[in-house]
Amino acid sequence: MVTRPIYLDYQSTTPCDPRVLEIMLPYFTEEFGNPHSRSHAYGWRAEEAVEGARGHVAKIINADPREVIFTSGATESNNLALKGVAQFYKAQKDHIVTCVTEHKCVLDSCRHLEQEGFKITYLPVQPNGIIDLNRLRDTLTDRTALVSIMAVNNEIGVIQPLAEIGKICRERGVFFHTDAAQAVGKIPMDVEAMNIDLLSISAHKLYGPKGVGALYVRRKPRVRLTALITGGGQERGMRSGTLSTPLCVGMGVACAIAQAEMREEYARLCTLRDRFYNTIRSELEEVYLNGDFEQRIPGNLNISFAHVEGEGLMMGVKELAVSSGSACTSASLEPSYVLRALGVEEEMAHTSLRIGFGRFTTEVEVDAAAQKIIIEVNRLREMSPLWEMSREGINLKSIQWAAH
Amino acid sequence: MAYSEKVIDHYENPRNVGALDAKDEAVGTGLVGAPACGDVMKLQIKVNDQGVIEDAKFKTFGCGSAIASSSLATEWIKGKTLDQANTIKNTEIAQHLSLPPVKLHCSMLAEDAIRAAIQDYKQKHRAA
Repeated sequence: MVTRPIYLDYQSTTPCDPRVLEIMLPYFTEEFGNPHSRSHAYGWRAEEAVEGARGHVAKIINADPREVIFTSGATESNNLALKGVAQFYKAQKDHIVTCVTEHKCVLDSCRHLEQEGFKITYLPVQPNGIIDLNRLRDTLTDRTALVSIMAVNNEIGVIQPLAEIGKICRERGVFFHTDAAQAVGKIPMDVEAMNIDLLSISAHKLYGPKGVGALYVRRKPRVRLTALITGGGQERGMRSGTLSTPLCVGMGVACAIAQAEMREEYARLCTLRDRFYNTIRSELEEVYLNGDFEQRIPGNLNISFAHVEGEGLMMGVKELAVSSGSACTSASLEPSYVLRALGVEEEMAHTSLRIGFGRFTTEVEVDAAAQKIIIEVNRLREMSPLWEMSREGINLKSIQWAAH
Repeated sequence: MAYSEKVIDHYENPRNVGALDAKDEAVGTGLVGAPACGDVMKLQIKVNDQGVIEDAKFKTFGCGSAIASSSLATEWIKGKTLDQANTIKNTEIAQHLSLPPVKLHCSMLAEDAIRAAIQDYKQKHRAA
């Protein structure tokens, strides 16, 4: 058997937990009923399973099951929250506030709304990746319908001050939506304590199956939205289409497991993360963490290794499955917009790796990964003209570089 | 992205990594690219009295294709006269390494690095 790379890309996706899969399986075969069929036992059994799952999803965010609607994933949930609320309230309100480091599906939904005439404010972030609450407060007007700020950033893992944002929004009568795809199951989320009105979840980021997610939509005070997908009126009219019972069941079990194990897993990941980061920092100079160290989930490190290009480094650590904020990995040829938004210089943005730890990461893997990275960074620095120049005390900014 | 075998070979076993004394009269140095763009190449040549490149060294900050392009460039120019080296084209480098379209700029940069090193050498000697 070919040995596979060590998986350290848990912000991209997580493997479906075998315990989750096992409970899903019967719903593909013998329990195949349509959960919306009301006239026979096949439908009732499927409905019961879906409603049980809805309960688990609601519980992990301290919501009522009637406030949870299933979707195809966080991208759809974010689209529905933004476009749905915007469309419903557009006669009275036409302003939405979001942030420059949001996931592309939020930013792109906002761009579409902008083309339809909505006004969007893109809040900047501070160098630690967190928004400035005073700027948020100042940007709200009587025309603001919605504030959409992510819970945890997918690239740099920083946690936004959700309770404070929720409080500001509630005081101003503005709905608060949060893309919590990277947060649910990792850190405690509470829609009541945090005054969250809409919240997006993705199952495959918390060891559930791909292809399913959920949107929490508050009932009191009621949030209304215009459906994007119309049809049979399932999911209280907000999202038509027959639900996939196995996917919903999988998401429910994934939430139940994540909630039961969250405290223990959080502590375990902190230990692994610290072990990795301390090893790297003790062996390598000029290593910089992107994003706040404290306000961050333990499963993420985004590190710039000065004077070593990220894609080149990834090629050297091919035994590790990681991702880079460097240009060349994406089709755009631009370095990460998230890192640029923190004020990380382009050169440093090109030298970053995103390293994600998760449920199946072991100490042995973390140690092997750290050693591999240390060896490759040293090798590539020996090959780097920038490293050589910086060792010679040359200020790289003093050089007239020819952009190409 | 899948790299070609030749790119992987040059990346894992780069030829002629290192530095020559830039102050040496016989040495020409080319520094091209920009850190902000994600690739910088430094290519140096040492030219003998017959005008032949007897040694070449490089250092590159960049992706695997950039490292491979500069490694290959040093390999190719060694033993060539300045005029011969000046005729090496980025397309030949790209073809030899089977670079995909998104990586063609790496080969262009390697060509620029050769030209810049030759120019630096010639400038030194014009002045002298």
